Amino acid sequence: MAEIAAEASAPRPLQDAVIGPRRPPLLAVGPVAWAKTNLFSSWLSTAVTLALGYLIIRWAMGFIDWAFVNAIWSVPVTNGQAQTQACRALNGTGACWAVVTEKHRFMLFGTYPYEEHWRPALCVLLFIGLYIVSAMRRFWRKELALIWIGTLALIGLLMWGGVFGLSYVPQERWGGLVITLILSTFGIALAFPLSILVALGRRSRLPAIKTLCILYVELIRGVPLISLLFMASVMFPLFLPEGINIDKLLRAQVAIILFAAAYLAEVVRGGLQALPRGQYEAADALGLGFWQKTGFIILPQALRLVIPPLVNTFIGMFKDTSLVLIIGIFDLLTAGKTAIVEPAWQGFGIEIYVTIGLIYFIFCFAMSRYSQGLEAELNQHRVR
Amino acid sequence: MTPMRLATLRTLGAAFLAGAVAAPAMAQQPAPAGGAAATMDAVKSRGTLSCGVNTGLAGFAQPDSQGRWTGFDVDYCRALAVALFNDQSKIRYVPTTAQGRFTALQSGEIDVLPRNTTATLSRDTSLGLDFPAVNFYDGQGFMVKASLGVSSAKELNGATVCVQPGTTTEQNLTDWARANSIQFTPVVIERLEELVSAYVAGRCDAYTTDVSGLAATRSAQPQPAEHVILPEVISKEPLGPAVRHGDQRWSDLVRWTHYLLVGAEEFGITSANVEQAAANDARPEVQRMLGKNGGLGAMLGVDDAWGVRVIKAIGNYGEMFDRHLKPIGIQRGPNAQWTQGGQQYAQPFR
Amino acid sequence: MSDTAADPRLLRAPPKKGIRLSWADEKLRGIVWQVLVVGVVVSILWWLVSNTSHNLEVRRIATGWGFLSREAGLPIGEHVIDYNPTNTYARALLVGVLNTLKVAVIGILLATVFGTLIGIARLSKNWLLSRIAATYIEVIRDLPLLLQLLFWYAILQGLPAPRQSLNPVTGVFLSNRGLKLPWIQWQDAHSFALLGLVAGIVATIFYARAARAKQMADGQPRKVWPLALGLILGLPLLIWAGLGAPFAGDIPALRGFNFQGGLTITPEYFALLLGLVMYTAAFIAEIVRAGIQSVARGQWEAAEALGLQRGRIMRLIVLPQALRVIIPPMTSQYLNLTKNSSLAVAIGYQDIVSISNTTLNQTGQAIEGIAIIMAVYLSISLSISLFMNWYNARIALVER
Repeated sequence: MAEIAAEASAPRPLQDAVIGPRRPPLLAVGPVAWAKTNLFSSWLSTAVTLALGYLIIRWAMGFIDWAFVNAIWSVPVTNGQAQTQACRALNGTGACWAVVTEKHRFMLFGTYPYEEHWRPALCVLLFIGLYIVSAMRRFWRKELALIWIGTLALIGLLMWGGVFGLSYVPQERWGGLVITLILSTFGIALAFPLSILVALGRRSRLPAIKTLCILYVELIRGVPLISLLFMASVMFPLFLPEGINIDKLLRAQVAIILFAAAYLAEVVRGGLQALPRGQYEAADALGLGFWQKTGFIILPQALRLVIPPLVNTFIGMFKDTSLVLIIGIFDLLTAGKTAIVEPAWQGFGIEIYVTIGLIYFIFCFAMSRYSQGLEAELNQHRVR
Repeated sequence: MTPMRLATLRTLGAAFLAGAVAAPAMAQQPAPAGGAAATMDAVKSRGTLSCGVNTGLAGFAQPDSQGRWTGFDVDYCRALAVALFNDQSKIRYVPTTAQGRFTALQSGEIDVLPRNTTATLSRDTSLGLDFPAVNFYDGQGFMVKASLGVSSAKELNGATVCVQPGTTTEQNLTDWARANSIQFTPVVIERLEELVSAYVAGRCDAYTTDVSGLAATRSAQPQPAEHVILPEVISKEPLGPAVRHGDQRWSDLVRWTHYLLVGAEEFGITSANVEQAAANDARPEVQRMLGKNGGLGAMLGVDDAWGVRVIKAIGNYGEMFDRHLKPIGIQRGPNAQWTQGGQQYAQPFR
Repeated sequence: MSDTAADPRLLRAPPKKGIRLSWADEKLRGIVWQVLVVGVVVSILWWLVSNTSHNLEVRRIATGWGFLSREAGLPIGEHVIDYNPTNTYARALLVGVLNTLKVAVIGILLATVFGTLIGIARLSKNWLLSRIAATYIEVIRDLPLLLQLLFWYAILQGLPAPRQSLNPVTGVFLSNRGLKLPWIQWQDAHSFALLGLVAGIVATIFYARAARAKQMADGQPRKVWPLALGLILGLPLLIWAGLGAPFAGDIPALRGFNFQGGLTITPEYFALLLGLVMYTAAFIAEIVRAGIQSVARGQWEAAEALGLQRGRIMRLIVLPQALRVIIPPMTSQYLNLTKNSSLAVAIGYQDIVSISNTTLNQTGQAIEGIAIIMAVYLSISLSISLFMNWYNARIALVER
């Protein structure tokens, strides 16, 4: 801006001005002009700007006071008991981040053996790496499925252990952020193939299969996730024959997979419907059978179309895994809430919620930004 | 597409399928429900004890900053694991919610449920449970802020009361209110820490739960003197570990492990002096309890040294109490030894 | 997969009437597939059901719906209909359903209004307003609803105690016991006046339709509002005055532990409503924005060229077109809000999930409890879907 303004005000020979494009007047391009058109265009707009500006500044100052100026970052620990009197003395005027300092390992890794925390930490990094690799278009090939299977298997290996000198850790001890990532990622990865089958079934010409798929999708989408989780928690054990039982985490995982598959199936169906009829007809004309037609012609195109809504569904699932709080599984939110059960730390809920919210936000914001960018990119041919 | 690609696709499909099938299969484990004497064998052959605990209740069961479970109820899990395996790390702690705890036990997901559960007739019968022992005698009471100036629960007419749903507490409260013609507005919140913070914040005038829980909450407050526990105790709450109905051998082991802990305290045997007592104590019952003679351990399906092991690793009932419950302000009260006027009474080791 | 290598000419053969006993026959293949899939699904279901009934028997778990008529003994804080703990489980569950509907209906109305406002703010020419709306939408959508509910509930608990409650206007109290508003003592005359209001609205709708039909016929615009005003406001007032115009205020006052009288909005309900409305509004705002942006710029310009005022352009030209884009995603947001209201259980608002949950915990009958939850939500979802489909069909573009 400054450059333009400087040039505009600099004296120059007459013929330059005639030949070169005319510069817009200073008041139409500078920051003042910008503010005039975008903030103070009318008296109403001015009033809105001033009122909002005042509120934001006031709120921001209050927040900075609470979160930084008056905050306490750590408290002394004697004999394993944290001395939280200093935090209590704040009386809400400042944040007690000491609770996060003290409990962060528990919030991130739950009841996983303390000495082995590097394993879930590595898993979190693996998950993030997996997301980044999947986000890059150059990896959008069939091999990506192999990368997923490999990484998920490696994560399972790291978490369980029992081989290569790693000690065995049963699922009951897993917890924290890694559970949130496991539930959502495994949920989507296993729901995806199921959802493709259901979406194909829903568009099938075979009435029985079509009815079954419609029933499945509509039933699952008609009830809240929480009812499925309750079912997994209190009803599912009754479904199995005597003597066989499945761990609670896996039951919740199954409920999440079934739930995610119904929503994903609708996304995939959208992609199948968006594909021009000519593609189906051309495949038929080549004499391809149903599975060949679907596997080689239809799905590769349809799935590419639905990647942005797929990412959005993933964000939704990522947030929804927090509902396992209600059936007592130690995900990030449950671990955070359990961290403040200890008498010394009772009453510091807001600090914990803000921290957990920040973690969720970082993940979801990155994914949603990515999905928006991708959508714009994929729609480029439609923009005139 | 080349046939090569097609093959890849097929392999992928097969791998996914295999994964989906294998994952639950890995978690399958024999844990027969119902059948007689099956639990003990299943636990022994599995090599770990599945123990259902509270998701977080100060003093009874709660994970510490490093994620290790500690608490009074957790010590029962540890005692059983030591009795069976001489290794208190061989426990799977399964955190259970109020509504999920009985299903977890019925389905065999857990072997024993020491989760401050009240023994009642309907739970004993229609839920298919058994309560081998009562490890904590409790009763329901009320806590109010001292500033309210209330000195008796009878004065609570018109008050707002915080109560946890789906527990016996809730039903006792309505029974008691009806019997005393007291009107109250309930605030029911499932998660305990949420409920306590509602009371502390002043959402309710009174908080009702077992007196032990009230004491724990009160002592956790920065100014305990601001809260008063009212004198009325409106119910009996015998809390104890629950097991599946119809498995007597397993039930016996849970019961006698409890009596061992209580009996050890009665005879003054602690984790510090147990080995010495096993070697030198001349009292016949102590000798039987600690496996010097009598062969009682074998009758229970463990070896004779189980008593020494358990007391050495966990301590006696009094030590457990002092370790977990005393710091949060719970008095022995009805849980004192019968010799001290309490109700904890170990049946004879004979 | 297997036998598609058959002669491709066969596939293009004209449809046959009968069924040939060959894998190449499409009809036969279809039947085999269907029998296979249905068979697998049915046998899995049968297996589950037989396991369940066996388990229930072995573990001596009670079954059946007999518990519905037993005394519930569970206290419920807020109820639309009369309830006390001596009532049956059936009535307790009914109270739960009504509580769910109470939060869902009001939540949907508020979320629509609030979401539309934010959607419009997002399109505002004022940069600051537009940025704030965008930030709001992004932040709210990226945080789990459950976390937001817990957060709001924690904030509401931080309000002062009843004795120190905020009292912005006479008769209005805000404390950690909730919001207390003055209300009138309800009498029969008020019920009749309410009926009059409903009748007035219905009559106005019919009158407006007739007026419109006549305008279509002769081109003469007719004024609807004078009669509408008379019907909607005058009629109920007339009925109320005719019945003696009873009026007695019910002003909340601090007596004993709590405020007595007046209208109460509890913190649990308020936190749930606040969380649901703020969360859903962020999604609705995006839908509204996309809807308004989907109407081509040329429509505005053409309408301006015709000399219509801005308000009328919005009402007559843009909104009817935008609504077609808005309605289908809006329906799914309404469904989401209703289903999300089930998170009430985490903050102590006693909706159907909370009460079924307590019921199943007290009776030990998990299957019945969960069946009730699912049946309730399925019926609500179905009703909303049907209504919105009907509405969508009504406003759909009639193509010639």
